[in-house]
Amino acid sequence: MWIAVTAGFISGIISGMGIGGGTVLIPILVFVLRTNQHIAQSINLLYFIPTAVIALIVHIKNKNMDFKLAVPIVLFGILGALIGSRLAVSISSANLKKIFGMFLLCMGTYEIFRK
Amino acid sequence: MSTFKKYFKFSVIGIITGLCNGLFGSGGGTVAVPAMEMMLHAEEHRAHATAIGIILPLTLVSIFFYVRNSFVDWNLTWQVAIGGILGGYIGARTLKRISARALRKIFGIFMIIAAIRMVF
Repeated sequence: MWIAVTAGFISGIISGMGIGGGTVLIPILVFVLRTNQHIAQSINLLYFIPTAVIALIVHIKNKNMDFKLAVPIVLFGILGALIGSRLAVSISSANLKKIFGMFLLCMGTYEIFRK
Repeated sequence: MSTFKKYFKFSVIGIITGLCNGLFGSGGGTVAVPAMEMMLHAEEHRAHATAIGIILPLTLVSIFFYVRNSFVDWNLTWQVAIGGILGGYIGARTLKRISARALRKIFGIFMIIAAIRMVF
């Protein structure tokens, strides 16, 4: 149990600093806790919900949330989420891990070269 | 910006963000924030806030399919979430004291090493 709490704690510190988030938590879960790729991604999605609700309330109160941008992007985004999640659940965990690895390679490279 | 051009940009950002969120269970923010900054000239702080408002509903859609296909471990999720919330609070308070740029590079390297191990 403490390994899982510690894994969450470490990735929480990192994402609290504004870096990564799921791109840090998911590899930790896969390598340290040996969860399969689907479960690691599901944990990240579920864990995002309560933290995002709290952050969003603060952002809406401070008028930082731009609804004129968010609403149309969400409508198109739902289409993407439907395709992406149905694709994810239809492939094996081993293959999903490989595809995720390629995505992580792009994200890691981006983090290194961004200003 | 013409209405057509604007909605074209909305659709590109939306579909790619949603696709990553569903397929990788993460990365929505890493895509949406720079995309809104570069394509829609959103200011950084607003882009961050708006990205959360975009990714939250998309996450609800994605997680529905994961849970329906039994890709869920509630026990582990709770444990990770408790640690995550504590860590997130500490991380947010420490942010001002450490150089985010140096940290980004360190974690960029960590992500690349993890990525290579995942692919091979």
